[in-house]
Amino acid sequence: MSDTQQYAIDRFSPASRIAAVAALVLIIALACGPWWAGRADMRLLSELFLYMALASLWNLLAGYAGLVSVGQQAFVGFGGYCLFAMTMFFGIPPLMAIPVAGVAGALISIPVAFLIFRLRGAYFAIGTWVIAEVFRLSAAQISALGGGSGTSLPVTIVKSIASSRALREAASYWMALAILVVVLAIVCLLLRSRRGLALTAIRDNELASQSLGIDIWRAKFFVYVLTGGLTAAVGALIFLQKLRISPDAAFSVNDWTAFVIFIVVIGGIGTIEGPIVGTIIFFLLRETLADLGALYLMILGLVAIVIMLRAPKGIWGFVRQKTDLDLFALSRRVVTRKKHQSSHANEDNKGEPHEPQTT
Amino acid sequence: MPAILELNNLCKAYGAVVVADQLSFALEKGEALGVIGPNGAGKTTMFNLITGTVGAQSGEIRFNQTNITGLSAANRCRAGIARSFQVPQPFGAMSVFENVLVAATQGAGEYGNAANQLCLDILERTGLIDRANAPASSLTLLGRKRLELARALGAKPSLLLLDEIAGGLTESECTSLIDTIKDIRQTGVSIIWIEHVVHALLAVVDRLIVIDFGKKIAEGEPHAIMASNAVREIYLGIEADV
Repeated sequence: MSDTQQYAIDRFSPASRIAAVAALVLIIALACGPWWAGRADMRLLSELFLYMALASLWNLLAGYAGLVSVGQQAFVGFGGYCLFAMTMFFGIPPLMAIPVAGVAGALISIPVAFLIFRLRGAYFAIGTWVIAEVFRLSAAQISALGGGSGTSLPVTIVKSIASSRALREAASYWMALAILVVVLAIVCLLLRSRRGLALTAIRDNELASQSLGIDIWRAKFFVYVLTGGLTAAVGALIFLQKLRISPDAAFSVNDWTAFVIFIVVIGGIGTIEGPIVGTIIFFLLRETLADLGALYLMILGLVAIVIMLRAPKGIWGFVRQKTDLDLFALSRRVVTRKKHQSSHANEDNKGEPHEPQTT
Repeated sequence: MPAILELNNLCKAYGAVVVADQLSFALEKGEALGVIGPNGAGKTTMFNLITGTVGAQSGEIRFNQTNITGLSAANRCRAGIARSFQVPQPFGAMSVFENVLVAATQGAGEYGNAANQLCLDILERTGLIDRANAPASSLTLLGRKRLELARALGAKPSLLLLDEIAGGLTESECTSLIDTIKDIRQTGVSIIWIEHVVHALLAVVDRLIVIDFGKKIAEGEPHAIMASNAVREIYLGIEADV
């Protein structure tokens, strides 16, 4: 037993240390965006941040908790409508309305979870879609928010964000960046925690998970409510930027679920890096190919098919398989403490986290 | 000695196939019980019923004098029942260490450094420490079986269920496994062990039960049971009298 004293657990690898510093530098550089980026670039980056946040949340839901939802547009739209309702009817400042929309999204996801958690697999997926349609049809009934044709955010509310247009654009860019950082931080901290360990176990094997003391229902419920709330907050911000909301746009399965699934699948489902890589690739493809019209969508489909066939775990899954990279310091490495190194013969490989260990 | 586990008239059927038929027995604290029976006799089903991954249709399971029949699998593990799976069920993309850590944190409810030390200790005892950082999916069959044992121990069980953990091992691997299991017994853990490798079983257990078609057909001192007609009938197909 005293032997164990010579081992220690290392939660950071050199790669994750470098990644942490790089991420910090990148966040600061991006935060300075309004000083170096043009108006169009800032818009594009905002959209990229928001998609990255949505993809990270969907990945948590589907990739870790195994809840393959095709109805997350329910929460995007719900968040958007919450923001419009709260700012227009109750005079809540837009900035405040975003976290409130998040809380409302989390609350509404509780009864939804009780309802659809009775379904499994494909039935669950369809169930989530049905729920989203119910949300869409309900939103179309709110005549004060324009019913089926939607409504625009009144100019006074828009101006309350900031007085000048340039400032408003900077503010909206910062909000998008901030919400992405918040979402990634929450996902990262969650996955590094005990609960995250349980979630990762559920991702890999549900049968073994429950036999080792993990309450699967509760773990999934927690993730569903958390992602529901955060997705609603992201949705609120999306429609604060669009300044206009309609049921079809707010609850679009294409925009808020199909593209998001594409991003997560090509990036690498079940890895925290996957949605980040996927979002960047998605936007690169979109920006270079968007002029091709319908051909663009066909190319997207082709990319998805090729990646699913060639690298079923996505681009990051492929990279990880080859290099064992872990940029978010989620893993726990057993390392030998240097001072005792001479006492064991075959321990060289324990000190080097990146040694590929295959049989 | 009070019973740590009692099965009372446990029944389970998949359609017309009866996999547990009025199954009853008791296990004393600290006892090691061996279970034998032909393939498909319902041995693993019995473990599924005890651990709660499969629900019983009727009957009762008592653990430490408490009725646990309605408890979820997760809660039964937290109460102190852990198992190894016959077909290993590793968390493939997680490292060997993390696999055990799941059990230590979720099953045994350990925190922080205490959890880490528990896992390191178990990995040393089960001979997996050199593979601690390897993804579980990269392990060989022997490694996976050891991981099953290590993970079950990580949950700090008072009752350990081992499902054919010696199957497919070489003679020396088997001997070291027997030593490991004997060590575990020394710590006061009660054990139920399903095994086809009879000599391994006989080296450890105090008592043997024989199961066929979901029914307990014999129970008693291991060597006497092995020599009994009931066992010969099942394994050699000799019909005693028709």
